[in-house]
Amino acid sequence: MFKKFSIATLTALTLSAAGAMASESGKIHDVPFSFEGPFGKFDQNQLQRGLQIYTEVCASCHGMQYVPLRTLSDAGGPQLSEDQMRAYAEQNIEVFDPELDDTRPGKPTDHFPVSGDENAPDLSLMAKKRAGFHGPYGTGMSQLFRGMGGPEYIVAILTGYEEPPECAPEDFDGNYNTAFAPGGYPDECKIYEETEIEVVQEDGSIKTKIEKREIGRMAPGSWIGMPQPLFGEDVEFANGHSNELHHEAEDIAAFLMWTAEPKMMARKQAGLVGVLFLTLLSVLLYLTNKRIWAPLKGKGHKAG
Amino acid sequence: MSGIPHDHYEPKSGLEKWLDERLPIVGLMYSTLMIPTPRNLNWMWIWGIVLAFCLVLQIVTGIVLAMHYTPHVDQAFASIEHIMRDVNGGHFLRYLHMNGGSLFFFAVYLHIFRGLYYGSYKAPREITWIIGMLIYLMMMGTAFMGYVLPWGQMSFWGATVITGLFGAIPFIGESIQTWLLGGPAVDNATLNRFFSLHYLLPFVIAALVALHIWAFHTTGNSNPTGVEVRRGSKAEAQKDTVSFWPYFVVKDLFALAVILVVFFAIVGFMPNYLGHPDNYIEANPLVTPAHIVPEWYFLPFYAILRAFTADVWVVMVASWITGGIINAKFFGVLAMFGAIAVMALVPWLDTSRVRSGRFRPMFKWWFALLAIDFVVLTWCGAQPAEPPYSIISLIASAYWFAYFLVILPLLGVFEKPDPQPETIEDDFNAHYGPSETPAE
Repeated sequence: MFKKFSIATLTALTLSAAGAMASESGKIHDVPFSFEGPFGKFDQNQLQRGLQIYTEVCASCHGMQYVPLRTLSDAGGPQLSEDQMRAYAEQNIEVFDPELDDTRPGKPTDHFPVSGDENAPDLSLMAKKRAGFHGPYGTGMSQLFRGMGGPEYIVAILTGYEEPPECAPEDFDGNYNTAFAPGGYPDECKIYEETEIEVVQEDGSIKTKIEKREIGRMAPGSWIGMPQPLFGEDVEFANGHSNELHHEAEDIAAFLMWTAEPKMMARKQAGLVGVLFLTLLSVLLYLTNKRIWAPLKGKGHKAG
Repeated sequence: MSGIPHDHYEPKSGLEKWLDERLPIVGLMYSTLMIPTPRNLNWMWIWGIVLAFCLVLQIVTGIVLAMHYTPHVDQAFASIEHIMRDVNGGHFLRYLHMNGGSLFFFAVYLHIFRGLYYGSYKAPREITWIIGMLIYLMMMGTAFMGYVLPWGQMSFWGATVITGLFGAIPFIGESIQTWLLGGPAVDNATLNRFFSLHYLLPFVIAALVALHIWAFHTTGNSNPTGVEVRRGSKAEAQKDTVSFWPYFVVKDLFALAVILVVFFAIVGFMPNYLGHPDNYIEANPLVTPAHIVPEWYFLPFYAILRAFTADVWVVMVASWITGGIINAKFFGVLAMFGAIAVMALVPWLDTSRVRSGRFRPMFKWWFALLAIDFVVLTWCGAQPAEPPYSIISLIASAYWFAYFLVILPLLGVFEKPDPQPETIEDDFNAHYGPSETPAE
C-alpha cells in the first residue's frame, strides 16, 4: 500500500513535466525495439547494420564527436572484433593530427569526427535529445516498457518524407516531412480564422480590420532542411538482410540509441541487481521489524 | 539532550571513563540513538531517514562525479559524456545523482506536508520548522545550480531565466544579477561559481540537518495525535515512548529499502524519465528552446511566479500604489518567495491550539485542498503560460496564500476540535491493544 502510494504520487507529480513538448511532434509510432523494457538488449547484428548505414549514408554530413571508435568493440555494443574495429577506424576515419600537421588514418582511441556539414547536427546523442514520447503524458506510452521514444522519432523522420501537399508553393524551402514539427511551414497551407474587429481611429472614426488567427494546418509535419537520406536499398548487407526503407530506418535508429546510451545494457543489469537485492532486503527488514515490534503490540492487534 | 526522561550513558571501563571526561562523544551518540520516541509514529514519519540517506547519496556520488567533471563552458558538456562513456560505472553514478535529486525533493515534499498536517511546526517546535525551511531553500539553490552544470540547453536557459528573476528587483536588480552571474550573461564565470557553490552548499545543508535533529531531539518528536509525551517520570515516559534504536531504526530502514526498490527501478530502467531531452543538446546562447521548463520539483513555485501577470487586479493595485516600482515581473518574484515565506511562518499563522489535523474536522478538508492545490500548481508549472492554464495557476496560487494567511488564522477561532486521547499510550493501545512495556 505504502509503495503504491509512493508510485502514484510520484507519477502524479511528474506526469505533466513534459507534456507540452510531446504534443508538438508529428506522427510518431511505437516500434518494438529489442532494447526496450527492463530486460531489453541491443541486437548486435542490428547495431552492425546500423553502423554500416551510418558509415555509407549519414557520415557524409553528420558526425558523432562523443563516440570513441574503440567502443565499437565494447560489450553491449555492435561488438566488432578488435581487428574489425581497427580496420574500420583505418579505412573510414581520417583524423587531422596537429603533430604531423597532416591527416592520418583513425586509431581506436580517436572519436568519430564532428559533422562535416555545419548544418547537420551531431548524431551522438540524437536518440536522447529527440525523445518522441518523453514521459507517459502526451502519447500515453509508458517509458518503462517502450523506451523514451528517441529511436522512434528517428524512424518517423526517416520514413516521413512524402510528396508535399498541393497547397504548398513548389519552391518552398526544404523538404516536406510528416513527422518533423519545428520546421518551416507555408502560409498557404495554414488554416486561418478571420475575425473583423473595429478600431477607433484617432479622429474618432471607426475602421474595420480583419485579424487572422491560425487555427489549424492542412497537412501534418513541416519542411525539414535535410533532403531524404534513405529510400530503401541504399546499402547492401553482407548477409543479405532486408534493406527496405523501414528496416534501414529501424537499424540506424537502434544504432543511434546505442551511440546515445552505450552503457544501456550494463545499466539495466545493475538496476535489476539493485531491485532484486533491495527487494530481498525489504523482506528481511519487514520480518525483523514485525518481530521487534511484536511484544509491544497486544493481542487485540487490528490489521494496519 | 532530550527533555524526555530516559537512561543516560554510563561509562563503565577505565578507558570509557577516561574518554568521557575529555570528550563525551559516546554519550552524545547514545543519547541520539536511544532517544525516547513516541511509539505511535506512523509511516509518514519515515521521510527523515529517506532524506538523510538522500543527502549522503548525493554527497558521495557528487564527490566522485566532481573528480571527472570539468567546469568550463567548452568542456562541461563533453566531460559529462566522458563520465557517461569512459568512467568506470560513471553512467550509473550520474543517473543516481540525477534521480537522487528527484528522490530528495519527493521525500522533502512529503516530509513538509506531514509536518503541515500533524502540526509538527507548532510550539515548541518552531525552530525545528524554521531550520527545515532553510534546508529546503538551500536544497533548491543546490539543485538549481547542479542542473546548470551539464551545460545543456535547459541548463543554460534555466539559469538565464532564474537569474533574470533577480533582475526584476527595482533599482538594484540588474547589479545583483550581474554579481550573481559574474558578468552580463550566463557564461563561464557563472558555470564556475555554480560548480563551486553546488559543492559547498550540501555541507551547509549537512550542518543545518544536525541543528534540525538537535532541535527536535530537545523538544522530542511530534506524533500523529499531537499529544505530548508525559514527562513526569521515566516510568511514565516509557509508557508513551520506545527508544529510537532498534524500534524506529529498523522500521525506517524497512521503508527506505522499499522506496529504494522503486528508485533503483527508475535509475536502472528509465533514468531520463524525469529529465528534459533538450538537456542532451549542448548549451547554445543563440538558440532558445521552444519551452523552458524547470525540473519538476520547482514547478509549483514556477507556476506561482508566472501566475501574476500585469492584468491581475492585485498586480495593478500594487503597481498603482508603488508608482510602478512593483511591476508584474517583480510581483511574480515576490509571490514566489512569498509562497515559501508564508509556509515558513506557519507556526505563527496557525492559531489553533490543537496540534494534529486528526482532531480538526474542518482543517482536514482545507488541508486536503492544499495538497491538491500543490499538485495542480505542479501541473500548471509545466504548461505554457496561456489560457486556460494561466487562470488555473492564478486560482491555485491564490488558494496557496489564502490557506496560510486567511484560512489557518481563522480556523483556530471558528473550528470546534474533536476530543483528543489523553496520552500517546491510549492512542497506541486503542490501535494495537494493551500489552506489557518491553523489557529494557
